[in-house]
Amino acid sequence: MRLRFVVAEIAHGFRRNASMISAVILVTFVSLSAVGAALMLQLQVDRIKGDWYDKVEVSIYLCPEDAVDQGNCSGGEVSADQQAAIKERLASAELAPYVEEVLDQSGQSLFEEYQERFGGTYMTNEVTADMFGPVIHVKLTDPDKFAVVTDAVGAMPGVLQAVDQSDLFGQLFDLLSKVRLAALAVAAVLGLAAILLIATTIRLSALSRQRETGIMRLVGASNLFIQLPFMLEGAVAALLGSVLAVGALWGIAEFWLADWVEANFAVMMGSVNPADAIMVAPWLVVAAVVLAGVSSALTLRRFTRV
Amino acid sequence: MIKFDNVTKVYARGARPALDGVSLDIPRGQFCFLVGASGSGKSTLLSLVLREEHLTSGRAFVLGQDIAKMPQRRIPRFRRQIGSVFQDFRLLERKTVFQNVAFAMQVIGRPRHAIMRTVPDVLDLVGLAGKEKRTPHELSGGEQQRVAIARAVVNRPQILLADEPTGNLDPRTSEGIMGVLERVNQTGTTVVMATHDVGLVDQARRRVVELVEGRVVRDEASGYYGGEA
Repeated sequence: MRLRFVVAEIAHGFRRNASMISAVILVTFVSLSAVGAALMLQLQVDRIKGDWYDKVEVSIYLCPEDAVDQGNCSGGEVSADQQAAIKERLASAELAPYVEEVLDQSGQSLFEEYQERFGGTYMTNEVTADMFGPVIHVKLTDPDKFAVVTDAVGAMPGVLQAVDQSDLFGQLFDLLSKVRLAALAVAAVLGLAAILLIATTIRLSALSRQRETGIMRLVGASNLFIQLPFMLEGAVAALLGSVLAVGALWGIAEFWLADWVEANFAVMMGSVNPADAIMVAPWLVVAAVVLAGVSSALTLRRFTRV
Repeated sequence: MIKFDNVTKVYARGARPALDGVSLDIPRGQFCFLVGASGSGKSTLLSLVLREEHLTSGRAFVLGQDIAKMPQRRIPRFRRQIGSVFQDFRLLERKTVFQNVAFAMQVIGRPRHAIMRTVPDVLDLVGLAGKEKRTPHELSGGEQQRVAIARAVVNRPQILLADEPTGNLDPRTSEGIMGVLERVNQTGTTVVMATHDVGLVDQARRRVVELVEGRVVRDEASGYYGGEA
């Protein structure tokens, strides 16, 4: 009985307040889409960075088994002696002051990382494990001094390529983080608008049902029972907005963004994953509930007190 | 049932008290008129009983509870034992007679079968049997007030507060409403009725409490509107 009554009250509120409710849904939709976009961007950046980006500055890729005429790989796969020589060089008096830590990664591990990152795109066609040699990751004491290390070891036999990681993706991440910041700013402004709008909607709804709530108070309905329909009205509208946001983010990623990125930015290949929309969905739902909750708290105390 | 001991109510600091040292004892099952000019404090007294307002000083017990000390969360349950009727009926225009009365049970969570059983009985008590499906605007003023009374008593309150229930009604209709209130009183409900209606009071010969500027100036067990004839 109680549940049916509350549901009927909400439905009634929706009909009576249709245009306001639509506005709430749209504003939360756009606001939460911006939040979701920022979250997805973060996931995307994490994926591009891979496991090493934030930990090391220089990665020395050694010659794989299937070495063609690249780098200093004329001798084929890097030998144990060559590896030892590179390690020795890094530990020498000349380089040691710049090197904080040296980490080894096997070719097999690199191959698996690659598969994970580009799995499902054409980038993994005809790629085999023997195309990946071991890597020596170097963490520097001063990240700006990468050139000292890349210059010193870049020409050593057995080195395919010594790469300064930050140079590789630095500008891209810079751009993405600015985009993310912009999305968060939009989300914040629209989130505030959503809160105010929900508060206004609840207020209008409460005013238009003053006679009902007055009678409810008189006959001894509990506060929760009086307020619940109003709170749920805002919450349901906000939740609908979040569902739309998840749908929109997924749709954009699935049908538009992934193809566009693949066609235009090889370096970001495979970084757009429509499934991310599902991963951020719980957070958007939580955000919607928070928006509605804050609005209810702002409004109801004043309008439906005992 | 209702016991006021030297109760004062001041709405705004410095203003004349709406109630000024009122002491009153209304026992269970009594029918009591509150009379007096507009602004004499009748409505204030009723809203204190219902705990819509806080008293300023003195002590007041309603249904055995000290209403000044009652915590906020206890108020809803407390009010379920008190019915209220007003001059302006306060019905929900979109709901039928039956739905208006059922509303009072729904919102305190009474089960459907209890509603289906109780509402027709109460409509019968107030003389509205057969008009369950009408909406308020299809009813006369007197009938609307009967719906309001039905709604007020459907949860079987121990006290019924009526604030000028016949204020908008013609004399004959008022007598009908008075009859309904007396029937409610006969079921054991204490009735407190604030009124300006001289004819009703004089005819009923019930207890009369007269207020003037917030003070009780007369309290007679079986009185007339204007004092002993």
